[in-house]
Amino acid sequence: MDDFILHAAIAGFGVSIAAGPLGAFVVWRRMAYFGNAVSHSALLGVAIALLLHVDITTSVIGVCVGLAGLLLLLRRQKLLADDTLLGILAHGALALGMVILSFLGTVRVDLMGYLFGDILAVSSLDLAWIYISGALTLIVLLGLWQPLLSSTVHEELARVEGRPVVIVQAAYMLLLAFYIAVVMKVVGMLLITALLVVPAATARRFVCTPETMAGLSAAIGAVAVTGGLGLSFLTDTPSGPTIVAVTISLFGASLLWRTRTE
Amino acid sequence: MVRFGRTVVLEKVDIVVQAGRVVTVIGPNGAGKTTLLRVLLGLTAANAGVVRRRAGLRIGYVPQRLHVDPTLPLTVQRFLGLVPERRRVGQVLEELAITRLLDKPMQRLSGGEMQRVLLARALLGDPDLLVLDEPAQSVDVGGQGELYTLIGRLRDQHGYGVLLVSHDLHLVMGATDHVICLNRHVCCTGTPALVKKQPEYIALFGREDEWKMIKDDSHREHNSKYSLHITQQVPPEGNGSIHG
Repeated sequence: MDDFILHAAIAGFGVSIAAGPLGAFVVWRRMAYFGNAVSHSALLGVAIALLLHVDITTSVIGVCVGLAGLLLLLRRQKLLADDTLLGILAHGALALGMVILSFLGTVRVDLMGYLFGDILAVSSLDLAWIYISGALTLIVLLGLWQPLLSSTVHEELARVEGRPVVIVQAAYMLLLAFYIAVVMKVVGMLLITALLVVPAATARRFVCTPETMAGLSAAIGAVAVTGGLGLSFLTDTPSGPTIVAVTISLFGASLLWRTRTE
Repeated sequence: MVRFGRTVVLEKVDIVVQAGRVVTVIGPNGAGKTTLLRVLLGLTAANAGVVRRRAGLRIGYVPQRLHVDPTLPLTVQRFLGLVPERRRVGQVLEELAITRLLDKPMQRLSGGEMQRVLLARALLGDPDLLVLDEPAQSVDVGGQGELYTLIGRLRDQHGYGVLLVSHDLHLVMGATDHVICLNRHVCCTGTPALVKKQPEYIALFGREDEWKMIKDDSHREHNSKYSLHITQQVPPEGNGSIHG
């Protein structure tokens, strides 16, 4: 087997392990649209980096985390729901990014590459980014776990019990934005947003506790990444979309299972 | 005083809850009962007025209802494990007879089971003050009687201060030492027997004989008794108070 397939497998495995637990909260807290909005805003990050000649990854992280921060500020007014605010922010950032790029007419950018990534072109530096940011993300998430779970079940009960609900929820949002920003450039927008939501949704039917759901999500993601890469190698199809297709197939198969919670 | 926009929802409220005493706030819908609880629990800031708590006061809170999203797999055991500092776990499980529920998903609890699990979560932190918001709303009449007997027993055994919110004085009468009748402000206060005779109370809730008729009907329907007898205790010391 070729080196690039091995690199891709190691990268995909690393992303699944962190995306599983992180994505479980995306499902529980109904934040699937947040993941999409953050990844859309990455285009603005790319545009700003090209305009100001700064590092693209740093710029994308800045814009994505900035979007999460802006959402946290805007939700203090209680008239509009989160998904509406996200719609405003995401499309605003996307449009602004396109406008800025139009000023840079002479610069040739592989936008498709930045936004949709290419897991087969993963370098050793990319692998380091994935594993270091993944480990950091999991450590922070582990620290947030109990209070975040408690505030997800019942926010007021958590507050009366003395949990720092506002801080914990904000920390999770920023963490999620950070992780998406880092990983997106490597594996692409499609793959990371799918790996956050679909494995967790697949795992739901087989588990009774939040922790087993997080663990099983990670395992399902890893299986899907490996299977998808193998399949794309055999059939010569684009790897990212093939992995997503395999993930969705696993979800479809899980629907056939009867569980005792039904 | 609490204001939402320009509307004053709560004013001129003065409440004291002492250890070992059951205080019940009653009032019609929209009277500001839940707002008052939220101010007391620190969930809503009052626009004017102060809430004083005894230093280190531990509060156990039983919310009106709890809906666990079906996407979140959560057994009763895991739910109870969310309490930051768990004290006397075994005793609470036994007192509330929920040991057999531990492996059950939260989404599949009946109204009465949910109520006991919520009460268990409030008790696990060994609170000084127990705050319950319409605790019997999703429980049938027989279950309501049991619930109030249980609350009274907990108060007797552990000396908890209890603050109850209810829209029906008759249900909670036997378990209550002190009633505060609320309708955006405090209308009248006193022992249950006293409050029932106040003109402000009658204006809001009608006369007792009218109530008896309704109660007799519910007796027939549910075929269960809910009369309670709870011995009164001398209040040991103050727990907290609110002035607004």
